[in-house]
Amino acid sequence: MSSPNAAYPDTPDTNAKPKRHEWPLWEIFIRGQHGMSHRHVGSLHAPDAEMAIKNARDVYTRRNEGVSIWVVEARHIAASSPSDKGPLYEPSESKVYRHPTFFDIPEDVGAM
Amino acid sequence: MYAQMIKSEATQEDPEKLTAFQARIDAGEKIEPKDWMPAGYRKTLIRQIGQHAHSEIVGQLPEGNWITRAPTLERKAILLAKVQDEAGHGLYLYCAAETLGVSRDELTEMLLDGRMKYSSIFNYPTLTWADMGAVGWLVDGAAIMNQVPLQRTSFGPYSRAMIRICKEESFHQRQGYDIMMKMAQGTPAQKKMAQDALNRFWYPSLMMFGPSDKDSVHSEQSMAWKIKMNTNDELRQKFVDQTVPQAEYLGLTVPDPDLTWNEETGHYDFTQPDWSEFFDVLKGNGPCNRERLAARNKAWDDGKWVRDGLLAHAEKKAARRMAAE
Ligand SMILES: [Fe+2]
Ligand SMILES: [Fe+2]
Repeated sequence: MSSPNAAYPDTPDTNAKPKRHEWPLWEIFIRGQHGMSHRHVGSLHAPDAEMAIKNARDVYTRRNEGVSIWVVEARHIAASSPSDKGPLYEPSESKVYRHPTFFDIPEDVGAM
Repeated sequence: MYAQMIKSEATQEDPEKLTAFQARIDAGEKIEPKDWMPAGYRKTLIRQIGQHAHSEIVGQLPEGNWITRAPTLERKAILLAKVQDEAGHGLYLYCAAETLGVSRDELTEMLLDGRMKYSSIFNYPTLTWADMGAVGWLVDGAAIMNQVPLQRTSFGPYSRAMIRICKEESFHQRQGYDIMMKMAQGTPAQKKMAQDALNRFWYPSLMMFGPSDKDSVHSEQSMAWKIKMNTNDELRQKFVDQTVPQAEYLGLTVPDPDLTWNEETGHYDFTQPDWSEFFDVLKGNGPCNRERLAARNKAWDDGKWVRDGLLAHAEKKAARRMAAE
């Protein structure tokens, strides 16, 4: 299995280009009204975390979409690699007994 | 459309990988940024998503023109919210393009120096308040035609951006139609303004879908890759069929004497726009090309000290934090 790396690809020619003086990229997570977990909604550029939260408010919560914002600089996200799909997820495919429907419980027992 | 005349890149790669890639697309799987993809797929998408993003951004200018002159405070607030949405659309799309390995500043620079295009429609002026109605109704309406099917596009980040955008678009079209209804039911002078706006925006709106691409190799490739979902003619027809009854409801006349309902096909027959005008606008000779690009360049140049200043401040703060730890 390859080790985790960045969330976005490094395309061949990005390395050759001169380094740009650009605001870093932030990934934005919003928690909605109904007690759900924070969910990734998109990204944006901002000079720092404080501005990232302000910008996220303007861009991603214009219609009451959220009650809480998390921002993470994109370069701090470690991501699994698509080629690891097999080793990571195949082991769970054979373990059907992890689902409640695997077990037949007689109707007489009642709801379970 | 917001992305017009996108050439898809020929791809020369391992045939086995290409076949496997196409199979994933045919099976309806989403391609994600880190998955293997043909270089042509990546390049074509950067061009298409980039152009789409630029259109959202430049598209703020013709409407921004009327924010300070909206007839009521409520209309002003609505238009402001609509234009702000378009800035968001630009952002979602730039971010989708960035996952393909192009930087935001690169995309911006390519717009500013003319290497990348934006939709031809935004090179037309907005002369009266009724144009705000026509733009929302027709331009956003045409954009919706194209964006709804793109929600199912094969590239994950593009598809997700489209889903967000589509959620916001119907407000845009409805606020435009609402303005048109007010004008069309108003004084004779107001109704005349509404008719005049329709006259000026009808053919440029039809041009948004781009020239017929029935036999284009590029669009065939893009359709196989599911980054183009319908032919330009299909979408244009759908737009005409949907819009004509809406114009009738307003009591306005579509400026096409040959427009007729065709019983046999179940569609309207209509006159094609003047494609030489379209190509001329693409070349930079539309009524507002120079003005639009100048406005974007000015905004970029005037904003430089803010971008640099905030970055310097953030770097200084980070360095101080590091030293304290
Ligand atoms: Fe938009
Ligand atoms: Fe819109």
